[in-house]
Amino acid sequence: MGDSQYSFSLTTFSPSGKLVQIEHALTAVGSGQTSLGIKAANGVVIATEKKLPSILVDETSVQKIQCLTPNIGVVYSGMGPDFRVLVRKSRKQAEQYHRLYKEPIPVTQLVRETAAVMQEFTQSGGVRPFGVSLLVAGYDDNGPQLYQVDPSGSYFSWKASAMGKNVSNAKTFLEKRYTDDMELDDAVHTAILTLKEGFEGQISGKNIEIGIIGTDRKFRQAPALTLSPFSLKLYGGVMLMRKMTFWL
Amino acid sequence: MSIFEYNGSALVAMVGKNCFAIASDRRLGVQLQTIATDFQRISKIHDRLFLGLSGLATDAQTLYQRLVFRHKLYQLREERDMKPETFASLVSAILYEKRFGPYFCQPVIAGLGDEDKPFICTMDSIGAKELAKDFVVAGTASESLYGACESMFKENMEPEELFETVSQALLASVDRDCLSGWGGHVYVVTPTEVKERILKGRMD
Repeated sequence: MGDSQYSFSLTTFSPSGKLVQIEHALTAVGSGQTSLGIKAANGVVIATEKKLPSILVDETSVQKIQCLTPNIGVVYSGMGPDFRVLVRKSRKQAEQYHRLYKEPIPVTQLVRETAAVMQEFTQSGGVRPFGVSLLVAGYDDNGPQLYQVDPSGSYFSWKASAMGKNVSNAKTFLEKRYTDDMELDDAVHTAILTLKEGFEGQISGKNIEIGIIGTDRKFRQAPALTLSPFSLKLYGGVMLMRKMTFWL
Repeated sequence: MSIFEYNGSALVAMVGKNCFAIASDRRLGVQLQTIATDFQRISKIHDRLFLGLSGLATDAQTLYQRLVFRHKLYQLREERDMKPETFASLVSAILYEKRFGPYFCQPVIAGLGDEDKPFICTMDSIGAKELAKDFVVAGTASESLYGACESMFKENMEPEELFETVSQALLASVDRDCLSGWGGHVYVVTPTEVKERILKGRMD
Protein backbone atom coordinates (compact mmCIF):
# COMPACT_ATOMS: atom_id res chain seq x y z
CA MET A 1 0.00 0.00 0.00
CA GLY A 2 2.74 2.50 -0.94
CA ASP A 3 6.21 3.26 0.26
CA SER A 4 6.76 2.88 4.01
CA GLN A 5 8.22 6.38 4.00
CA TYR A 6 4.74 7.74 3.37
CA SER A 7 2.78 5.50 5.67
CA PHE A 8 2.35 8.14 8.37
CA SER A 9 -0.73 10.31 8.58
CA LEU A 10 -0.37 13.62 6.74
CA THR A 11 -3.02 15.20 8.91
CA THR A 12 -1.09 15.70 12.10
CA PHE A 13 -1.92 18.32 14.69
CA SER A 14 -0.21 21.68 14.59
CA PRO A 15 0.85 23.28 17.90
CA SER A 16 -2.23 25.49 17.77
CA GLY A 17 -4.46 22.43 17.81
CA LYS A 18 -5.50 22.61 14.19
CA LEU A 19 -5.27 20.06 11.44
CA VAL A 20 -3.63 22.18 8.80
CA GLN A 21 -4.40 19.82 5.95
CA ILE A 22 -8.09 20.15 6.68
CA GLU A 23 -7.79 23.94 6.70
CA HIS A 24 -6.15 23.72 3.29
CA ALA A 25 -8.87 21.39 2.10
CA LEU A 26 -11.45 23.95 3.17
CA THR A 27 -9.54 26.55 1.19
CA ALA A 28 -9.77 24.31 -1.84
CA VAL A 29 -13.51 24.14 -1.25
CA GLY A 30 -13.72 27.89 -0.81
CA SER A 31 -12.19 28.50 -4.18
CA GLY A 32 -14.53 26.10 -5.93
CA GLN A 33 -17.65 27.10 -7.80
CA THR A 34 -20.57 28.28 -5.72
CA SER A 35 -23.21 25.77 -4.78
CA LEU A 36 -26.17 26.11 -2.47
CA GLY A 37 -29.16 24.31 -1.08
CA ILE A 38 -32.50 25.36 0.38
CA LYS A 39 -34.88 23.26 2.40
CA ALA A 40 -38.52 24.12 1.80
CA ALA A 41 -41.55 22.92 3.70
CA ASN A 42 -42.33 20.34 1.04
CA GLY A 43 -38.98 19.57 -0.54
CA VAL A 44 -35.34 20.52 -1.02
CA VAL A 45 -33.52 22.25 -3.88
CA ILE A 46 -29.79 22.21 -4.55
CA ALA A 47 -28.08 24.27 -7.21
CA THR A 48 -24.62 25.05 -8.48
CA GLU A 49 -22.78 27.12 -11.05
CA LYS A 50 -21.47 25.14 -13.93
CA LYS A 51 -18.74 27.33 -15.36
CA LEU A 52 -16.83 25.37 -17.94
CA PRO A 53 -13.27 26.27 -18.89
CA SER A 54 -14.08 26.77 -22.56
CA ILE A 55 -17.07 27.01 -24.88
CA LEU A 56 -15.74 23.97 -26.64
CA VAL A 57 -16.54 21.75 -23.67
CA ASP A 58 -19.63 19.60 -24.18
CA GLU A 59 -21.69 20.80 -21.24
CA THR A 60 -24.07 17.85 -21.37
CA SER A 61 -21.23 15.57 -20.37
CA VAL A 62 -20.60 17.45 -17.13
CA GLN A 63 -22.96 16.59 -14.29
CA LYS A 64 -22.18 18.28 -11.04
CA ILE A 65 -25.40 17.26 -9.32
CA GLN A 66 -25.69 13.51 -8.82
CA CYS A 67 -28.19 11.27 -7.12
CA LEU A 68 -27.04 8.85 -4.46
CA THR A 69 -30.34 7.01 -4.17
CA PRO A 70 -33.69 7.65 -5.86
CA ASN A 71 -34.58 9.95 -2.98
CA ILE A 72 -31.24 11.56 -2.14
CA GLY A 73 -29.19 13.92 -4.30
CA VAL A 74 -25.88 15.66 -3.77
CA VAL A 75 -23.93 18.68 -5.03
CA TYR A 76 -20.42 19.84 -4.19
CA SER A 77 -17.94 22.67 -4.14
CA GLY A 78 -14.29 21.88 -4.65
CA MET A 79 -12.47 19.18 -6.56
CA GLY A 80 -14.59 17.30 -9.05
CA PRO A 81 -12.58 14.05 -9.05
CA ASP A 82 -12.76 13.80 -5.25
CA PHE A 83 -16.50 14.28 -5.54
CA ARG A 84 -16.79 11.39 -7.98
CA VAL A 85 -15.00 9.07 -5.55
CA LEU A 86 -17.30 10.07 -2.70
CA VAL A 87 -20.40 9.62 -4.83
CA ARG A 88 -19.24 6.14 -5.74
CA LYS A 89 -18.59 5.19 -2.13
CA SER A 90 -21.86 6.68 -0.88
CA ARG A 91 -23.89 4.90 -3.53
CA LYS A 92 -22.29 1.64 -2.51
CA GLN A 93 -23.08 2.25 1.15
CA ALA A 94 -26.68 3.13 0.34
CA GLU A 95 -27.03 -0.07 -1.68
CA GLN A 96 -25.48 -2.17 1.07
CA TYR A 97 -27.98 -0.77 3.53
CA HIS A 98 -30.78 -1.60 1.15
CA ARG A 99 -29.48 -5.10 0.61
CA LEU A 100 -29.46 -5.73 4.35
CA TYR A 101 -32.73 -4.10 5.37
CA LYS A 102 -34.65 -3.95 2.06
CA GLU A 103 -35.46 -0.37 3.00
CA PRO A 104 -34.21 2.87 1.47
CA ILE A 105 -31.46 4.36 3.61
CA PRO A 106 -32.54 7.33 5.75
CA VAL A 107 -30.78 10.57 4.80
CA THR A 108 -29.12 10.96 8.21
CA GLN A 109 -27.63 7.47 8.03
CA LEU A 110 -26.15 8.02 4.55
CA VAL A 111 -24.73 11.38 5.58
CA ARG A 112 -23.25 9.82 8.71
CA GLU A 113 -21.56 7.07 6.75
CA THR A 114 -20.25 9.43 4.06
CA ALA A 115 -18.90 11.72 6.75
CA ALA A 116 -17.22 8.72 8.38
CA VAL A 117 -15.42 7.99 5.09
CA MET A 118 -14.25 11.57 4.86
CA GLN A 119 -13.01 11.45 8.44
CA GLU A 120 -11.09 8.24 7.74
CA PHE A 121 -9.06 10.10 5.17
CA THR A 122 -7.99 12.59 7.85
CA GLN A 123 -6.64 9.87 10.10
CA SER A 124 -5.09 7.29 7.80
CA GLY A 125 -1.60 6.85 6.47
CA GLY A 126 -0.56 8.04 3.04
CA VAL A 127 -3.82 9.69 2.08
CA ARG A 128 -5.01 13.28 1.97
CA PRO A 129 -8.40 14.71 2.97
CA PHE A 130 -11.07 15.10 0.30
CA GLY A 131 -11.07 18.55 -1.29
CA VAL A 132 -14.87 18.84 -1.42
CA SER A 133 -17.75 19.91 0.74
CA LEU A 134 -21.00 18.19 -0.06
CA LEU A 135 -24.58 19.37 0.16
CA VAL A 136 -26.82 16.33 0.49
CA ALA A 137 -30.52 16.81 -0.16
CA GLY A 138 -33.05 14.10 0.52
CA TYR A 139 -36.62 13.30 1.44
CA ASP A 140 -37.42 10.39 3.72
CA ASP A 141 -39.80 9.51 6.55
CA ASN A 142 -38.49 12.47 8.54
CA GLY A 143 -39.39 14.89 5.77
CA PRO A 144 -37.13 17.02 3.60
CA GLN A 145 -33.53 17.29 4.80
CA LEU A 146 -30.41 19.19 3.77
CA TYR A 147 -26.97 18.35 5.12
CA GLN A 148 -23.54 19.82 4.52
CA VAL A 149 -20.52 17.54 4.90
CA ASP A 150 -17.04 19.04 5.22
CA PRO A 151 -13.60 17.58 4.41
CA SER A 152 -13.03 17.03 8.12
CA GLY A 153 -16.01 14.71 8.25
CA SER A 154 -18.23 17.02 10.28
CA TYR A 155 -21.77 17.39 9.07
CA PHE A 156 -24.51 19.89 9.77
CA SER A 157 -28.17 20.05 8.97
CA TRP A 158 -29.14 23.32 7.30
CA LYS A 159 -32.33 25.10 6.40
CA ALA A 160 -30.35 26.86 3.69
CA SER A 161 -26.65 26.97 2.99
CA ALA A 162 -24.06 27.89 0.42
CA MET A 163 -20.47 26.83 -0.24
CA GLY A 164 -17.64 27.81 -2.55
CA LYS A 165 -16.50 31.13 -3.94
CA ASN A 166 -19.30 33.46 -3.09
CA VAL A 167 -20.25 31.86 0.17
CA SER A 168 -20.56 34.88 2.49
CA ASN A 169 -22.67 36.97 0.08
CA ALA A 170 -24.79 33.98 -0.78
CA LYS A 171 -25.39 33.12 2.87
CA THR A 172 -26.32 36.71 3.71
CA PHE A 173 -28.72 36.74 0.79
CA LEU A 174 -30.23 33.44 1.92
CA GLU A 175 -30.55 34.60 5.52
CA LYS A 176 -32.59 37.56 4.37
CA ARG A 177 -34.81 35.59 2.04
CA TYR A 178 -35.37 32.35 3.88
CA THR A 179 -38.71 31.67 5.55
CA ASP A 180 -39.68 28.48 7.35
CA ASP A 181 -42.89 28.01 5.40
CA MET A 182 -41.34 28.39 1.98
CA GLU A 183 -42.77 26.17 -0.73
CA LEU A 184 -40.55 24.25 -3.12
CA ASP A 185 -41.05 26.56 -6.11
CA ASP A 186 -40.30 29.61 -3.94
CA ALA A 187 -37.13 27.84 -2.88
CA VAL A 188 -36.12 27.20 -6.49
CA HIS A 189 -36.74 30.86 -7.30
CA THR A 190 -34.64 31.97 -4.34
CA ALA A 191 -31.88 29.52 -5.26
CA ILE A 192 -31.62 30.92 -8.76
CA LEU A 193 -31.63 34.49 -7.49
CA THR A 194 -28.90 33.66 -5.01
CA LEU A 195 -26.76 32.10 -7.71
CA LYS A 196 -27.35 35.11 -9.90
CA GLU A 197 -26.07 37.41 -7.14
CA GLY A 198 -22.49 36.30 -7.43
CA PHE A 199 -22.57 35.15 -11.02
CA GLU A 200 -19.84 36.45 -13.30
CA GLY A 201 -21.31 36.84 -16.72
CA GLN A 202 -24.69 35.89 -18.07
CA ILE A 203 -26.70 33.28 -16.16
CA SER A 204 -28.51 30.79 -18.37
CA GLY A 205 -29.91 27.28 -18.31
CA LYS A 206 -26.60 25.99 -19.63
CA ASN A 207 -24.29 27.28 -16.94
CA ILE A 208 -26.19 26.30 -13.82
CA GLU A 209 -27.48 22.99 -12.56
CA ILE A 210 -30.50 22.51 -10.33
CA GLY A 211 -31.67 19.41 -8.49
CA ILE A 212 -35.01 19.08 -6.76
CA ILE A 213 -36.75 16.60 -4.52
CA GLY A 214 -40.35 16.97 -3.44
CA THR A 215 -43.00 15.00 -1.60
CA ASP A 216 -42.91 12.36 -4.33
CA ARG A 217 -39.45 11.49 -2.93
CA LYS A 218 -37.83 11.30 -6.34
CA PHE A 219 -34.69 13.29 -6.87
CA ARG A 220 -34.68 14.92 -10.28
CA GLN A 221 -32.35 17.22 -12.15
CA ALA A 222 -33.55 20.26 -14.00
CA PRO A 223 -32.99 19.75 -17.69
CA ALA A 224 -30.97 22.19 -19.72
CA LEU A 225 -33.13 25.16 -20.52
CA THR A 226 -32.88 27.45 -23.47
CA LEU A 227 -33.78 31.04 -22.81
CA SER A 228 -33.72 34.10 -24.95
CA PRO A 229 -31.05 36.63 -23.90
CA PHE A 230 -33.68 39.36 -24.06
CA SER A 231 -35.96 37.75 -21.47
CA LEU A 232 -33.02 37.04 -19.21
CA LYS A 233 -31.93 40.64 -19.35
CA LEU A 234 -35.39 41.90 -18.47
CA TYR A 235 -36.40 39.49 -15.80
CA GLY A 236 -33.10 38.13 -14.72
CA GLY A 237 -33.69 34.88 -12.98
CA VAL A 238 -37.48 35.08 -13.01
CA MET A 239 -37.87 33.76 -16.53
CA LEU A 240 -35.60 30.90 -15.67
CA MET A 241 -37.74 30.20 -12.63
CA ARG A 242 -40.94 30.14 -14.67
CA LYS A 243 -39.48 27.55 -17.01
CA MET A 244 -38.34 25.52 -14.02
CA THR A 245 -41.68 25.55 -12.27
CA PHE A 246 -43.46 24.65 -15.49
CA TRP A 247 -41.29 21.65 -15.67
CA LEU A 248 -41.92 20.99 -11.94
CA MET B 1 -31.55 -38.20 13.89
CA SER B 2 -31.81 -34.75 12.30
CA ILE B 3 -30.07 -31.90 14.06
CA PHE B 4 -33.30 -29.94 13.86
CA GLU B 5 -34.98 -32.59 15.97
CA TYR B 6 -32.38 -32.68 18.73
CA ASN B 7 -34.13 -30.33 21.14
CA GLY B 8 -37.72 -30.43 19.87
CA SER B 9 -39.88 -27.36 19.37
CA ALA B 10 -43.22 -26.06 18.19
CA LEU B 11 -43.87 -22.50 17.07
CA VAL B 12 -46.86 -20.82 15.51
CA ALA B 13 -47.80 -17.22 14.70
CA MET B 14 -51.21 -16.13 13.55
CA VAL B 15 -52.72 -12.89 12.26
CA GLY B 16 -55.92 -11.43 13.67
CA LYS B 17 -57.72 -8.14 13.34
CA ASN B 18 -55.10 -5.45 14.06
CA CYS B 19 -53.36 -7.96 16.30
CA PHE B 20 -51.25 -11.08 16.13
CA ALA B 21 -50.52 -14.06 18.32
CA ILE B 22 -47.27 -15.98 18.62
CA ALA B 23 -47.11 -19.21 20.58
CA SER B 24 -44.60 -21.91 21.41
CA ASP B 25 -44.33 -25.09 23.41
CA ARG B 26 -42.23 -25.23 26.59
CA ARG B 27 -40.25 -28.43 26.31
CA LEU B 28 -36.50 -28.52 26.05
CA GLY B 29 -35.20 -32.00 25.45
CA VAL B 30 -31.99 -33.75 24.61
CA GLN B 31 -33.35 -36.30 22.16
CA LEU B 32 -35.65 -38.50 24.22
CA GLN B 33 -34.88 -36.98 27.61
CA THR B 34 -36.81 -33.92 28.78
CA ILE B 35 -34.55 -31.56 30.66
CA ALA B 36 -36.69 -28.41 31.00
CA THR B 37 -40.40 -27.69 30.94
CA ASP B 38 -40.24 -23.91 31.03
CA PHE B 39 -38.02 -23.12 28.06
CA GLN B 40 -38.58 -19.73 26.45
CA ARG B 41 -38.61 -19.90 22.69
CA ILE B 42 -40.20 -16.54 22.03
CA SER B 43 -38.37 -13.31 22.77
CA LYS B 44 -39.37 -9.69 22.52
CA ILE B 45 -37.25 -7.50 20.28
CA HIS B 46 -39.31 -4.43 21.02
CA ASP B 47 -42.89 -3.75 22.13
CA ARG B 48 -44.28 -4.47 18.69
CA LEU B 49 -41.92 -7.16 17.45
CA PHE B 50 -41.52 -10.72 18.66
CA LEU B 51 -39.15 -13.42 17.49
CA GLY B 52 -39.57 -17.14 17.99
CA LEU B 53 -36.70 -19.50 17.25
CA SER B 54 -37.22 -23.22 16.76
CA GLY B 55 -34.60 -25.87 16.15
CA LEU B 56 -31.30 -26.34 17.92
CA ALA B 57 -31.51 -24.48 21.23
CA THR B 58 -27.88 -23.37 21.34
CA ASP B 59 -28.11 -21.82 17.87
CA ALA B 60 -31.43 -20.25 18.83
CA GLN B 61 -29.82 -18.59 21.85
CA THR B 62 -26.78 -17.34 19.93
CA LEU B 63 -28.83 -16.11 17.02
CA TYR B 64 -31.16 -14.30 19.39
CA GLN B 65 -28.19 -12.58 21.07
CA ARG B 66 -26.77 -11.48 17.71
CA LEU B 67 -30.12 -10.11 16.60
CA VAL B 68 -30.69 -8.19 19.82
CA PHE B 69 -27.19 -6.72 19.39
CA ARG B 70 -27.96 -5.61 15.86
CA HIS B 71 -31.30 -4.19 16.86
CA LYS B 72 -29.90 -2.23 19.78
CA LEU B 73 -27.28 -0.63 17.52
CA TYR B 74 -29.96 0.14 14.96
CA GLN B 75 -32.07 1.80 17.66
CA LEU B 76 -29.12 3.92 18.77
CA ARG B 77 -28.14 4.95 15.25
CA GLU B 78 -31.53 5.54 13.75
CA GLU B 79 -33.34 6.61 16.92
CA ARG B 80 -36.30 4.39 16.12
CA ASP B 81 -37.44 0.78 16.45
CA MET B 82 -37.01 -1.58 13.56
CA LYS B 83 -40.05 -2.31 11.47
CA PRO B 84 -40.98 -6.01 11.35
CA GLU B 85 -40.34 -6.20 7.61
CA THR B 86 -36.90 -4.66 8.05
CA PHE B 87 -36.12 -7.05 10.90
CA ALA B 88 -37.14 -10.00 8.77
CA SER B 89 -34.78 -8.85 6.00
CA LEU B 90 -32.01 -8.53 8.58
CA VAL B 91 -32.59 -12.04 9.96
CA SER B 92 -32.62 -13.41 6.44
CA ALA B 93 -29.30 -11.70 5.65
CA ILE B 94 -27.69 -12.92 8.88
CA LEU B 95 -28.80 -16.50 8.25
CA TYR B 96 -27.53 -16.46 4.68
CA GLU B 97 -24.13 -15.21 5.84
CA LYS B 98 -23.74 -18.70 7.27
CA ARG B 99 -24.92 -20.41 4.14
CA PHE B 100 -22.27 -23.15 4.24
CA GLY B 101 -22.28 -23.68 7.98
CA PRO B 102 -25.76 -22.54 9.01
CA TYR B 103 -27.55 -21.88 12.24
CA PHE B 104 -29.86 -24.86 12.77
CA CYS B 105 -32.85 -22.66 13.53
CA GLN B 106 -36.09 -21.79 11.91
CA PRO B 107 -37.22 -18.33 13.02
CA VAL B 108 -40.78 -17.10 13.24
CA ILE B 109 -41.12 -13.31 13.23
CA ALA B 110 -44.30 -11.54 14.22
CA GLY B 111 -44.85 -7.82 14.62
CA LEU B 112 -47.08 -4.83 14.12
CA GLY B 113 -45.91 -2.68 11.24
CA ASP B 114 -46.95 0.71 9.98
CA GLU B 115 -50.54 1.63 10.84
CA ASP B 116 -50.70 -1.33 13.22
CA LYS B 117 -50.85 -3.81 10.40
CA PRO B 118 -49.82 -7.27 11.69
CA PHE B 119 -46.86 -8.88 9.96
CA ILE B 120 -45.76 -12.50 10.27
CA CYS B 121 -43.14 -14.48 8.48
CA THR B 122 -40.96 -17.51 8.83
CA MET B 123 -37.83 -18.64 7.06
CA ASP B 124 -35.72 -21.72 6.70
CA SER B 125 -32.32 -22.08 8.31
CA ILE B 126 -30.54 -20.27 5.48
CA GLY B 127 -32.86 -17.30 5.25
CA ALA B 128 -35.51 -18.08 2.64
CA LYS B 129 -38.34 -15.82 3.73
CA GLU B 130 -41.90 -17.02 3.67
CA LEU B 131 -44.46 -14.26 4.17
CA ALA B 132 -48.00 -15.28 4.98
CA LYS B 133 -51.22 -13.46 5.50
CA ASP B 134 -52.76 -15.97 7.90
CA PHE B 135 -50.34 -18.10 9.90
CA VAL B 136 -46.80 -19.47 9.94
CA VAL B 137 -45.45 -22.52 11.75
CA ALA B 138 -42.06 -23.96 12.63
CA GLY B 139 -40.49 -26.76 14.63
CA THR B 140 -40.72 -30.53 14.96
CA ALA B 141 -44.49 -30.31 15.25
CA SER B 142 -44.81 -28.15 12.13
CA GLU B 143 -46.67 -30.70 10.01
CA SER B 144 -49.38 -31.16 12.64
CA LEU B 145 -49.44 -27.41 13.16
CA TYR B 146 -50.05 -26.80 9.46
CA GLY B 147 -53.06 -29.09 9.57
CA ALA B 148 -54.47 -27.69 12.80
CA CYS B 149 -54.04 -24.05 11.78
CA GLU B 150 -55.45 -24.59 8.32
CA SER B 151 -58.65 -26.01 9.72
CA MET B 152 -59.05 -23.67 12.69
CA PHE B 153 -57.98 -20.35 11.13
CA LYS B 154 -60.52 -17.63 10.32
CA GLU B 155 -59.79 -14.15 9.05
CA ASN B 156 -60.08 -11.02 11.20
CA MET B 157 -60.36 -12.69 14.57
CA GLU B 158 -60.48 -10.47 17.63
CA PRO B 159 -57.68 -10.93 20.19
CA GLU B 160 -59.66 -13.19 22.51
CA GLU B 161 -60.85 -15.49 19.75
CA LEU B 162 -57.37 -15.47 18.23
CA PHE B 163 -55.94 -16.59 21.56
CA GLU B 164 -58.39 -19.49 21.73
CA THR B 165 -57.63 -20.56 18.17
CA VAL B 166 -53.87 -20.41 18.53
CA SER B 167 -53.95 -22.25 21.84
CA GLN B 168 -56.15 -25.04 20.53
CA ALA B 169 -54.06 -25.42 17.39
CA LEU B 170 -50.82 -25.54 19.39
CA LEU B 171 -52.00 -28.00 22.02
CA ALA B 172 -53.60 -30.31 19.48
CA SER B 173 -50.43 -30.37 17.36
CA VAL B 174 -47.88 -30.90 20.12
CA ASP B 175 -49.92 -33.86 21.40
CA ARG B 176 -49.05 -35.59 18.14
CA ASP B 177 -45.34 -34.86 18.51
CA CYS B 178 -43.27 -36.59 21.14
CA LEU B 179 -40.50 -33.99 21.06
CA SER B 180 -42.61 -30.95 21.86
CA GLY B 181 -45.22 -30.16 24.44
CA TRP B 182 -45.23 -29.73 28.22
CA GLY B 183 -47.59 -26.77 27.98
CA GLY B 184 -47.69 -23.67 25.86
CA HIS B 185 -46.63 -20.04 25.94
CA VAL B 186 -48.89 -17.63 24.07
CA TYR B 187 -48.39 -13.91 23.40
CA VAL B 188 -51.30 -11.94 21.98
CA VAL B 189 -50.17 -8.49 20.83
CA THR B 190 -52.46 -5.58 20.03
CA PRO B 191 -51.43 -1.97 19.41
CA THR B 192 -52.12 -1.16 23.05
CA GLU B 193 -51.01 -4.18 25.04
CA VAL B 194 -49.21 -7.49 25.11
CA LYS B 195 -50.96 -10.38 26.86
CA GLU B 196 -48.74 -13.28 27.84
CA ARG B 197 -50.42 -16.52 28.89
CA ILE B 198 -49.19 -19.97 29.90
CA LEU B 199 -51.18 -22.98 28.77
CA LYS B 200 -51.43 -26.24 30.61
CA GLY B 201 -51.71 -29.18 28.27
CA ARG B 202 -50.72 -32.81 28.43
CA MET B 203 -47.56 -32.78 30.48
CA ASP B 204 -45.71 -35.34 28.48
